[in-house]
Amino acid sequence: MMTTATPTSGSRARGRAPDVDLSGGVTHRRFWEAGKGVLVAILAFVYMIPVIVLILTSFKTQVQVMSKAPTWIFMPTLMNYSTVLFEQSFLRYMTNSLIVGLVSTVLTLVVGGCASYALVRFDFVGKGTISLGTLLLRMIPPAVLVVPIYVLWTFFGLADTLFGLILIYVGLNLPFTIWVLISFISDIPLELEEAAVVDGCGPWRIFFRIILPLIKPGLAAAAIFTFRISWNEFILALVLTNRMTRTLPVATTIYLTDTGIEWGNITAMGTLVALPAIIFTFLAAKQLISGLTAGAIKG
Amino acid sequence: MGHQRLFRGVTPYLFIAPAVAILAFTCLYPVIKGFELSFYSWSLGTPIASRKYVGWENFAWAWQDPALFNSIKVTLVFTACSVLAELFLGLAIAFLLEKGIRGIAFFRTIFIIPIMIAPVVVGLLWRYLFDANFGLINYLTQLAGFEPKIWLGTPGLAMPAVIVTDIWQWTPFMFILFLAGLQSLPSDPVEAAEVDGATGWQVIRHVKIPLLAPVIWVAVILRIIDAFRSLEVMFIMTFGGPGRETEVLSLNIYKTAFMSQRLGLAAVNAIFLLAFILVLSVAFLIIARPTLSKR
Repeated sequence: MMTTATPTSGSRARGRAPDVDLSGGVTHRRFWEAGKGVLVAILAFVYMIPVIVLILTSFKTQVQVMSKAPTWIFMPTLMNYSTVLFEQSFLRYMTNSLIVGLVSTVLTLVVGGCASYALVRFDFVGKGTISLGTLLLRMIPPAVLVVPIYVLWTFFGLADTLFGLILIYVGLNLPFTIWVLISFISDIPLELEEAAVVDGCGPWRIFFRIILPLIKPGLAAAAIFTFRISWNEFILALVLTNRMTRTLPVATTIYLTDTGIEWGNITAMGTLVALPAIIFTFLAAKQLISGLTAGAIKG
Repeated sequence: MGHQRLFRGVTPYLFIAPAVAILAFTCLYPVIKGFELSFYSWSLGTPIASRKYVGWENFAWAWQDPALFNSIKVTLVFTACSVLAELFLGLAIAFLLEKGIRGIAFFRTIFIIPIMIAPVVVGLLWRYLFDANFGLINYLTQLAGFEPKIWLGTPGLAMPAVIVTDIWQWTPFMFILFLAGLQSLPSDPVEAAEVDGATGWQVIRHVKIPLLAPVIWVAVILRIIDAFRSLEVMFIMTFGGPGRETEVLSLNIYKTAFMSQRLGLAAVNAIFLLAFILVLSVAFLIIARPTLSKR
């Protein structure tokens, strides 16, 4: 294979000494690969321009924002951030978002973890219905839920409370979490649990002491996606919260429509809302990809 | 199998009960409640006792409601244009980056950012970019010699603007799925085709795309379902306008319930959305089953 003078893939071309190949194909390929690298770098930069504009604008004064031609180099100001953070009850909304995001994530992981374990390892009545139902519930659009949830949550006194919001987010996130964790639990060899049973461990001990530590990568992926939904969700939070319990996306939108458009402040809010997403992306790209591809690609 | 008999009796039900209870209360019960609501005439903000049973009247109204049919049409156009563009761009970028690029992991990370950012932020960001006075897009089109446009307020321009925004946010999803799919393809058929002298394009067209087909289908259906669900970007960028030109079904439901205050009618419109999603989900399950059962 290595001596065949046919076009080969880039990875194999790299493994071969360039001066052995007399056809000139290697230099040509090298050139092409370098060109592709540059092209991709340009593509990535152009792709990020909207995010760059968002962040740059949040550091501009009102006058700079209003200028016809965009300014790329300027003296950054923290004015927008100080306005947003200290004059707009933004800190309260950020606290709400953090509480809702963290609590719903922990609850989803514990409840979803237990359910996935039962679905993989136990036999019980209604198992097939539950796993199919979970798959279908994953697809429900929030807009379908928004009217009845508003009615029910008002009726049960859950509207305008953080707990009410947490509850619906746990429900929305469970199907995906169960789906991801099932594949991780299925990969654990049965012998581990059988040995634990012989040693006298009960099912709960096995689950918390053996299973949970082994599926940490799955838990990480599920946690990021759960937190992302809870942190970003808009339409349910819009109708289920009031001035005190509002979350960040709702606060940002209300600010956008209420006061005319002060782009400096709004982009500062937007940057703060987007910040966890950007941080997660760089810290946990691997888990993100395993979460995004879950169900679409085996393994 | 032996293990499954180790814990019998009540234990399995204790493990599954919390999840079932929460799903039943937060998803299943509201859906059933939504069906019930669709038979009532009830204004938002009035007490529950004041609602009136009207039978199929809401359905009869919805059947002749131009706003509902408009929003279904808008949803279909938005979904078709966005998902098709994302499919072709995603495939193109995946084949381009498939191999031989240094720092591929870094670029892949960059491309995830739009997916992770809150749709609300994506909406306000692109509203700013499309802004008639200070937007980057008008600035660039003017440099290229075109007249500045009121993108989000002009009929015929708002929809393309919303679609461009969706393409920006979601093409990376397609790309990431396709890249992962390509990397898990068996190498033998590709190598065999290369030995036989197939060109790069022939390998892609006749070997890789057929092998990738299941992943492509799953990605397309997942994106269609997501596009049917999306409303934040339109909510922020246009609020459905100009007129009702970008009023997708989800936004129509919100406006009917919380602007026109007609809860019963909104519940009927939600049933339409649910029906679309159900059909798509069943299609997804049928297509994804081989992939899922191999896990």
